[in-house]
Amino acid sequence: MKVGIPRALLYYYYYPMWRTFFEELGAEVVLSSPSTRVTLAQGLKHAVDEVCLPVKLFFGHVLDLAGKVDYIFLPRMVSVEHHKYICPKFLGLPDMIRRLEGLPDLIGVDVNLYRKDRDLYTVINNVGSLFTGNKLKIFRAYRSSIKTLQKYYRLLHLGLMPAEALAVLDNKVGDKPLNYPFELNVAVIGHPYNIYDSYISMNLTGRLKEMGAAVFTAEHVPEKTLRSNAARLPKKLFWSLGQRMIGAAFHYLDRPDISGLVHVAAFGCGPDSMTGELIERHARALRAPFLNLTLDEHTGEAGIVTRLEAFLDMVRWKKAEAAGI
Amino acid sequence: MRATFPHMGNLYIPLRAMLQYLDVDVVVPPPSSKRTLNLGVKHGPEFACMPLKLNLGNFIEAREMGADTIIMAGGCGPCRFGYYAQIEHAILKDIGCDMQLIVLEPPEKNISELIIKIKKITGRRSWWQVIQAIRFGYQKALAVDELERKVFQVRPREARAGASERAFSEALKLIDNAASPGEMAEARKKAGAIMAGVACKPSGPLVRIAVIGEIYTLLEPFANNRLERHLGLLGAEVDRSLYLSEWVNDHLLFGLVKGLRSSKETCASASPYLCHFVGGHGQETVGSAVNYARAGYDGIIQVYPFTCMPEIVAQSILPGVGSDYDIPILTLIMDEHTGEAGLQTRLEAFIDLLARRKETREVICK
Repeated sequence: MKVGIPRALLYYYYYPMWRTFFEELGAEVVLSSPSTRVTLAQGLKHAVDEVCLPVKLFFGHVLDLAGKVDYIFLPRMVSVEHHKYICPKFLGLPDMIRRLEGLPDLIGVDVNLYRKDRDLYTVINNVGSLFTGNKLKIFRAYRSSIKTLQKYYRLLHLGLMPAEALAVLDNKVGDKPLNYPFELNVAVIGHPYNIYDSYISMNLTGRLKEMGAAVFTAEHVPEKTLRSNAARLPKKLFWSLGQRMIGAAFHYLDRPDISGLVHVAAFGCGPDSMTGELIERHARALRAPFLNLTLDEHTGEAGIVTRLEAFLDMVRWKKAEAAGI
Repeated sequence: MRATFPHMGNLYIPLRAMLQYLDVDVVVPPPSSKRTLNLGVKHGPEFACMPLKLNLGNFIEAREMGADTIIMAGGCGPCRFGYYAQIEHAILKDIGCDMQLIVLEPPEKNISELIIKIKKITGRRSWWQVIQAIRFGYQKALAVDELERKVFQVRPREARAGASERAFSEALKLIDNAASPGEMAEARKKAGAIMAGVACKPSGPLVRIAVIGEIYTLLEPFANNRLERHLGLLGAEVDRSLYLSEWVNDHLLFGLVKGLRSSKETCASASPYLCHFVGGHGQETVGSAVNYARAGYDGIIQVYPFTCMPEIVAQSILPGVGSDYDIPILTLIMDEHTGEAGLQTRLEAFIDLLARRKETREVICK
């Protein structure tokens, strides 16, 4: 049996777990192809104009899987931690996707850990029972999927990008040296599905590296640090991803070795409009170099490059000034 | 303490009554206007939704009138509204309007958090008086909603242009001026009489349109460019999926008052189109579209502020409702740039479409 997983949205957080789980149960996992102009065009055609860029892209990835797989894995990710949601669009995503025509069956379960008493394992069990009646097998698949996920997170905390971490998990790393010295360290803060999708972010992280800046993201910071930093807000944020971004931004802005911060938002993203504002105010108060990039389907590459260059120039000048050169 | 609060349509009438009953010094900000919006746009985050900008403008204008304390509701997401107060406070502080902020949040750990905040507003008043104040406010909300329902009926039928509008504002003033619960019955009767006194021309069955969507743009005429008024003057009978008293009953009184439409029932109608709540009034929007379609309305208009997340989910799902029930649905998105003439044209076209459909149907039925 083939299970399709769209290479979009929470793929960047949970893919290793999902894949291990399905493979242990004897299913074949098919990923949608990396985003291209065609994926986005498909998404634009089928989604409402008003939804944000990553959701449009998600539509494209789902359509890419149609015809290739028996099932598409599409859980309703309501909440992944106590008293936090992801975003309203994730809550309604399965209902929006179901309106598309010509899709294979969807594996839709509600993942809702908003109240502590909800048990994640019942959800896992429901999904697993589609493949096997053997409860023990499901349990073992679950255990090893969690282990893989933890390993993936440890790799991210070491400073790897998701693509690199996945390559390590697959034993596909070449002999190239991973780290070479950079003259600058820059934090890039944004939703993972915006910054790690090299098509819609116009290869932002790669470009920064080419321009001589090492990139630090929220995924490199351990959960505990993120939480304690986000706790500086007057009220707890109720978006899991928003809290991660705020926590990471506060953490990096405090670190003297990080010389600037790039905030990446998707046009029309609700949480970004609020968290971005909080981060910008904080950065301004600290007089830290700050760049706000808003991505949408029209973004021209040249515009992004120019702004990145200008930003890095500013960071370098500031650094030189501080060093008294 | 001179307290103020943000505008949302006629919310100021019950809220002022409630606070004045408790002897709180209240400053009602001037009605939302272009200036309010400009102030909000200038200081607010660019991609924040419009209600935040209008709130911000309200606060700045209230501050000019001498207010020093803001009373706001909070929330626990996933809609952005839950974080409004904190963002607005940070912005106000940065522009030198340091006002005290009292946010009535749904209690997270225990109820005492909320009680402390209510006590901060009410001072040494007894709980019995607080309950009486809430009852008084609620009575006003009911009276205001009654008038709104009436004006929806009268507007498309008025014999002399502008008569319904004049009567409506006069009646609202009567309700607003009732100083004690004892005066309410009298005021309500008088207001009802004023509305009933508007001369109507005889008319056949009118086009019936339901307006659904996000609560703030539904209730605040400035935010929706006086949508209901336009529809009424173009000869359509309007109903709205949400009234102030219904919302108060659902969210503040926990459904204590029976016999009103409740959001629970509306959400149940949303299945199988949208089977999960999505924050804000997203699920209610889909549910009430289904309900209105079943009730035989001719058309539905969804309104929401630009980038409103729950309503975008609803919007992607509404075409399914529209085709299953064969009912036209128009979505209007409000932001700070909407021109009223553009809106008017679209509404005219929509009503023409509905009237034509209605006519053809009647011919076929005969």
